[in-house]
Amino acid sequence: MQLSPSIVGSRVPEHDALVERGRLRFFAKATGQTDPLYTDLDAAEAAGHRDLPVPPTFFFCLDMDRPNPSGFYTELGIDPRSLLHGEEEFTYHAMAYAGDTLHFRTTVTDVYAKKGGALQFLVRTTEVTRDGEPIATLTNNVVIRQLPGASA
Amino acid sequence: MKTGDTLPAMELPPITRTTLALYAGASGDHNPMHIDLDQCRAVGVDDVFAHGMLSMAYLGRLVTNWVPQERVRSYKVRFAAITPVNTAPVCTGTVTSVENGLAHLDLKAELPDGTVTLLGSAVVTAG
Repeated sequence: MQLSPSIVGSRVPEHDALVERGRLRFFAKATGQTDPLYTDLDAAEAAGHRDLPVPPTFFFCLDMDRPNPSGFYTELGIDPRSLLHGEEEFTYHAMAYAGDTLHFRTTVTDVYAKKGGALQFLVRTTEVTRDGEPIATLTNNVVIRQLPGASA
Repeated sequence: MKTGDTLPAMELPPITRTTLALYAGASGDHNPMHIDLDQCRAVGVDDVFAHGMLSMAYLGRLVTNWVPQERVRSYKVRFAAITPVNTAPVCTGTVTSVENGLAHLDLKAELPDGTVTLLGSAVVTAG
């Protein structure tokens, strides 16, 4: 399965995600975050925040909160098990907090191959906004590899 | 904050299958390659391996333990190697330059056998 360069410029359906305090606490637990600023509202407010902050990488998780998150890949004929994460980049414009509704707008920005097509790379850029205000920009690079046990 | 400063190293406990199950739930990344041994074996992969974004969260925590998060302007990583289940990454960082009020950091996650799993960088306001 070879990706067509013609998908550059195509869009993933846009979506909104509501940031929930409980989910941020679960994420803190799962990532070993023990700073109460990320789980305790009083500690967050004492540090000058209006609610629990969205931690630096959690925007990626909110982006996956779209309906059918692997649908983008399966529609292109990509087995999600063949994906490896190559690179991830975040640029931060403003803090986001529990209670915010964030908007995610994703565009395919590059497609290329290495090792004679054995490895393919798909680059997507996601703009995260809150009521139109820029919050973060994500650049995601995934590698699509040939699985050892799967038929091509 | 000056060139050559090092961030206090962060030694993580081993990433267990429980860690991966919790991270799958909390992150919303339900890719079976991280939580389902049967699905791994079905495609010729011996065992589950950690979400790259779990290590990126650890490495991000190294930075936000050092400066408040609102000072982080950008943060990126390249996932250089898979993190096998039951390994314990160590996160380290160094200030590579300070100019125009911004500090540039080099970041790294490494396994005890020397395998570098993540190579990253961040820009923070020097404050």
